[in-house]
Amino acid sequence: MLLLNGIIAMPHNYFDETSDENLAVVTVIGADKPGIVAGITAVLAKHNVNIVDIAQTVVRGIFSMIMIVDLSTGNIDLPRLREELVSRGKELGVEVSVNHIAVFKAMQRV
Amino acid sequence: MPKIFAPEEIGEIVEMLLFQDLDIRSVTLGLSIQDCASNNALDFIGCVENKLRGFANSLVKAVEKVSNKYGVKIVTKRIALTPISILLEGFAKKSIEKAVEAGIEFAKTVDKVALSAGIDYVGGYSAFVHKGITPGDFVVLESFPKALAITQTIASMINVASTYTGINVDAINIVSRKIIELANNTPKGIGCARFTVMANAPEDNPFIPGAYHGLGEPEAVVNVAVSGPGVIEAVVRRLGEKADMRTLHDYVKRAAFKITRLGELIGREVAREIGAQFGIVDLSVAPSPKIGDSVAKILEAMGVEVAGAPGSIAALYILVDAVKKGGAMATSSIGGLSGAFIPVSEDWEMNRAAMLGAITIDRLEAMMSVCNTGIDMVAIPGDTPPETIAALILDVMAIAIALDKALGVRIIPVPNSKPGDVVDFGGLLGSAVVMNIPRFSSKRFVERGGLVPPSIKRLDKG
Repeated sequence: MLLLNGIIAMPHNYFDETSDENLAVVTVIGADKPGIVAGITAVLAKHNVNIVDIAQTVVRGIFSMIMIVDLSTGNIDLPRLREELVSRGKELGVEVSVNHIAVFKAMQRV
Repeated sequence: MPKIFAPEEIGEIVEMLLFQDLDIRSVTLGLSIQDCASNNALDFIGCVENKLRGFANSLVKAVEKVSNKYGVKIVTKRIALTPISILLEGFAKKSIEKAVEAGIEFAKTVDKVALSAGIDYVGGYSAFVHKGITPGDFVVLESFPKALAITQTIASMINVASTYTGINVDAINIVSRKIIELANNTPKGIGCARFTVMANAPEDNPFIPGAYHGLGEPEAVVNVAVSGPGVIEAVVRRLGEKADMRTLHDYVKRAAFKITRLGELIGREVAREIGAQFGIVDLSVAPSPKIGDSVAKILEAMGVEVAGAPGSIAALYILVDAVKKGGAMATSSIGGLSGAFIPVSEDWEMNRAAMLGAITIDRLEAMMSVCNTGIDMVAIPGDTPPETIAALILDVMAIAIALDKALGVRIIPVPNSKPGDVVDFGGLLGSAVVMNIPRFSSKRFVERGGLVPPSIKRLDKG
């Protein structure tokens, strides 16, 4: 589904300094058109949520973007951020999902 | 602590959650109500009501919070109580009628609390009669059809067999008549979906109707059931037809690992929120009537034309074995039924296979030797004689104690139906084709009654 090249690398010692409790993974999937990145990141900026890493690609017209965001600087919790991003996604005609990073840690690491 | 995720790793998980119906089938809170034992029915029921209301509300709140935080769907919230037979014992000694009244009142009250809190099912209208029937057990046997017929959430399980004590055929003969009574008192016999008769029922089973809070359990405990047939089917399909059996097994194992880990994460978090102990993850791959959420489809993705066709038992064996091995690596808190479920109505493709004639009672009986289901959510004609139902149950119980495993029978004698009719039970229960039941009688056999002796395995225990 998400055919991205390369690896999203966390800054060195990232986990040593910040608890991953505040990290979330935002994924955006949909037909490519102008304004998707701007539309989604505007919501993050509005709530002062920091993008820790971002990867984006277009394969056969399907746009996909994965962001790891840090909510510790922000003024919004994860469920409300999801609500806002999903509704922005609907306006943009893309599918947005927001999951806590613990889900990926549990499922992808032994 | 991981420092990196490849986009492919993130993509894989998101795809599972968004497109392959990966979700938590149930968070089941096991709750002891032994402290509510009383000789006064009002005191007993009042105590259960108060305790249940508090825990039900905090379970619902915790499940919503955790589901929202992680972005993972939790389909049902359930509660499993101490087997009610124990709490009815005192009443039953005085008067069976009074005890039945107390049982029914208990069921009504618990149902009311569950419905108002948003709990989907409450298990524990249960009794253990695998070696004999106490007055409290008798009250449960007597009253479960009514308790289920007048409620929406109450579920009941009667354990009639155990590897270490044998099979209580007298109890089976009672239960089979009661199943018919329950079917006749609920539309399309749907009440039978909340009743199962079991062998070796586990104390920490999160699945309804088998769930109850075992006597070895702590005061309150969170047990989790995961649903991931869609994920495993997708893995098998992506692997293609060239992969050999060992490769197939390995990929299923890896997928099972990931699914189980999600269950463990969510279970631990819900337990922490409630302030209860975390119990177990049931490794079972549980299907739902959604087309992409089917265990039968996994077997078909492996290469059998339709579930039930020759090869299905081997395919199911590979699936269950891989799920157990992957799951065992993923969590140290294994428990419940932990295998694969092949309920007929609750699995869309299983029902299609039954309509095609590939899945029959015989095939289910053969398949249960390699999974943990038994005869589950099978609709049969309403005029099936009770002795035939008893004999079907007895067969499943015999397989269970011979192989030392937990198996159950959840059978629905649909009133006024004939083989080939399709009955829609709605929602997660799905729809079922009424199956053909052998017309040959086993009446003289089951009417012998008494106890089938314990398995030779009993002697392993000393």
